[in-house]
Amino acid sequence: MHDANASRATETSVPLTGSAVLVNAVGLHARPSVKLTQCAKGFAAKIELALVADGPWTDAKSPVKVMRVKAPQGATLHFRVTGSDGEAALAAMLALVHDGFGEV
Amino acid sequence: MSNSNSANVGIVIVSHSPKIAEGAADMVRQMVGNAVPLAWTGGDIDGGLGTNVAGILEAIESAWSPAGVVILVDLGGAETNSEMAVEMLPEDRRARVVICNAPVVEGAVIAATESSGGSLLAAVKRSAEEFYA
Repeated sequence: MHDANASRATETSVPLTGSAVLVNAVGLHARPSVKLTQCAKGFAAKIELALVADGPWTDAKSPVKVMRVKAPQGATLHFRVTGSDGEAALAAMLALVHDGFGEV
Repeated sequence: MSNSNSANVGIVIVSHSPKIAEGAADMVRQMVGNAVPLAWTGGDIDGGLGTNVAGILEAIESAWSPAGVVILVDLGGAETNSEMAVEMLPEDRRARVVICNAPVVEGAVIAATESSGGSLLAAVKRSAEEFYA
């Protein structure tokens, strides 16, 4: 459902980027990964994350792929967002990380 | 044992051990929340380790969603009994119930995560099966 919107938006907008430090004790483990992908799925935008600013990029809507990143506490999460609701999506992702996924 | 509160794809957990099935369901509820219909079943009809077709049918019924249901199974009989349960469903429902080739605990959490975002049946199954990819 969202995919079609996202790919259409991709053609018309420039990627937005932003980063935030993982503050919660466990880093990007199972529970935070689930919260992050759930949040990402709420947006039509294509949302990717990486541990370094130039990638490799991981689809933030895939719980399995996000867990495989195994980002530890203190790591910086970079986001790259493309789509019509990209601004809101990026803000939501950064807020989630800043707030330690509600675990801090 | 379960509840169903949305049109998202339902999740059924089938284990030989009712404790494993219930525990996996607990993990789904705590990690993913209540946005997906969820049911579990485990044990044979005498209360021992095993699975039974009636219990699986009941779980499918209770996790039913118009979007369909994915079943996570552990070993051998859990899968064959689940296949049998699917075959016994009314024809219009049969095509909307699929068994995932995924680890039961991890697969259930991932499938529920995918489902909670409103993904379609095939995407929910695919996501759970990424664990073996």
